[in-house]
Amino acid sequence: MSGYILNRLLQLVPVLVLISLIVFGVMHTLPGDPAELMLQGAEGGAVTPERLAELRHEMGLDDPLVVQYLRFAGSALVGDLGESIRFRTPVSALIAERFRYTMELAMAGLVCALLIGVPLGMIAAIRANGPFDTLAMGIAYVGASMPIYWFGLVLILVFAFNLGWFPAAGAQDWNSLVLPAVTLGFAAAGLISRLVRSSMIEVLQEDYIRTGRAKGLAESVVLWRHGLKNALIPVVTMVGLQFGGLLAGTVVTETVFSRPGIGRLIVSGILTKDYPLVEGCALFLAVIYLLVNLVVDILYAWLDPRIRYGQAA
Amino acid sequence: MSAEGTLAAPTEEAGRIAGSRGRALRRFVRNRGAVAGAIVLIAWSIVALLGVRIAPYDPTELLGMARQPPSAEFWFGTDTLGRDVFSRVLVGSQVSLQLGLISVGLGALPGVALGLLSGYFGGMTDALISRLTDAMLAFPSILLALVIIAALGPDLNNVMIAVGIGTVPLYTRLVRGSVLSVRTLPYVEAARVIGNPTHRIMLRYVLVNCYAPIVVLSTLQVGNAILIGSGLSFLGLGAQPPTPEWGLMSAEGRDVLRRSWWISTLPGAAILSVVVACNLVGDGLRSALDPRMRLDG
Repeated sequence: MSGYILNRLLQLVPVLVLISLIVFGVMHTLPGDPAELMLQGAEGGAVTPERLAELRHEMGLDDPLVVQYLRFAGSALVGDLGESIRFRTPVSALIAERFRYTMELAMAGLVCALLIGVPLGMIAAIRANGPFDTLAMGIAYVGASMPIYWFGLVLILVFAFNLGWFPAAGAQDWNSLVLPAVTLGFAAAGLISRLVRSSMIEVLQEDYIRTGRAKGLAESVVLWRHGLKNALIPVVTMVGLQFGGLLAGTVVTETVFSRPGIGRLIVSGILTKDYPLVEGCALFLAVIYLLVNLVVDILYAWLDPRIRYGQAA
Repeated sequence: MSAEGTLAAPTEEAGRIAGSRGRALRRFVRNRGAVAGAIVLIAWSIVALLGVRIAPYDPTELLGMARQPPSAEFWFGTDTLGRDVFSRVLVGSQVSLQLGLISVGLGALPGVALGLLSGYFGGMTDALISRLTDAMLAFPSILLALVIIAALGPDLNNVMIAVGIGTVPLYTRLVRGSVLSVRTLPYVEAARVIGNPTHRIMLRYVLVNCYAPIVVLSTLQVGNAILIGSGLSFLGLGAQPPTPEWGLMSAEGRDVLRRSWWISTLPGAAILSVVVACNLVGDGLRSALDPRMRLDG
């Protein structure tokens, strides 16, 4: 097992290098000069060549790209993501302040996705091809096809404005987390329920399920202990992939519910042309996503030993 | 003799493919969901083509009556500036369908080409392309889109580019897999033996037989691209006012949601209908073209 973990950690290194290259490459090689855009934004149109050259020098933009990349990657390695142009504070400090909110939202979104998706998929599988199956899969389908922001607005309209059960915005207490979490989790719930359904239908045809029933186990034991437990194995990988989607989805959800977080930080960074902020946040979220997937892979290998032996071979 | 035998093979192959296409069409037509999706998509396409000609009002005209609730006069009400929401939703279909089709095209062309090269040549080419694909897939696509928009500036065209680039690795991985399974089949060997040039084998014999998964992925991706694109416009990073774009329209009504729910929610319902339709058609095509086909394989 430790060999497998080490192997996966080593595989992470080239991916990390490539990701940092993508972030850096996109921000520094595409047309559009950060210094010029910054001056246009900050000083209202009049960009003198002298001021531009000065700022480019200040930002290190006149160095060769390789030097710029090495400086960027080297500082990122020790946690230095540069300084935000707008806030005049280190990007890492801004991220540290807001990371809790984003993580809280993504985790709560995941819990919602599982709480909605697993039972929906399971009941659909048990009553496969019946009216409930059609209804459950219909809900799942719509859930996966909805614009996140739209669903958030509808929830605000119904549960905050009309019923008054939850606040429409902010991040004060758990109450204010409910609507954003449901908004974020619903799309993932759709995908999870479809996967649970197909996996469960497959598992329910296995011999050990028939054996369980034949030896007189209660149907609930057959379904929960033998059925669901085995049907959930593919769901674990799916959850890892979904978590990336959830992290990315926080960008929109945080804006809809006016919650503080890294997603909103990126959006405000783009709108105010705060390049170091966007670069830092994007890199940070990508690394978190990779680490979550690593943990999921390890968990998966632990659940299903065939995988780690397959890797070693 | 053997050359003649091999030459006859493609004709038989063509006949077989034509037959299987007929069967696929019949399977598709029997799928009620897929047919419903196709009808919705066709209806939206007609609306998009006709655009302002069928809209009751000019989508950017200020009618002097702001935030009117839906009525016989204004089916979807009017927005904060007094523009007819129904007309804006109708004309907005042009923007969204364009966004979906163009960004998928932008992603599919390089994606398919890279996948074809990667799967056909193998070796170093494959290793290089595959590593790059893995890295891009390790990056959530909306995040990649955000970084690209940050570099290019908020604008609808840049959204198409950003979403398109995000879909490149999906095509590369899909096509590479299909090419690997096709490239060693006897008819490809035969095409090689009778001396077809490499590019001809790749395009006429290999790629042609990978079309099914490409069509399915493209249909599903159009819906996905519309979702991501409208989300970016909602954030203020895509279409800019006064463009009647569905995501932007939802954002414009957000501050008055409590009293004027129609401004934000009705354009979102339009997106939902298009995306559900794309997914229904995509899934229908998937099971019609090959019941065992899996996109995630």
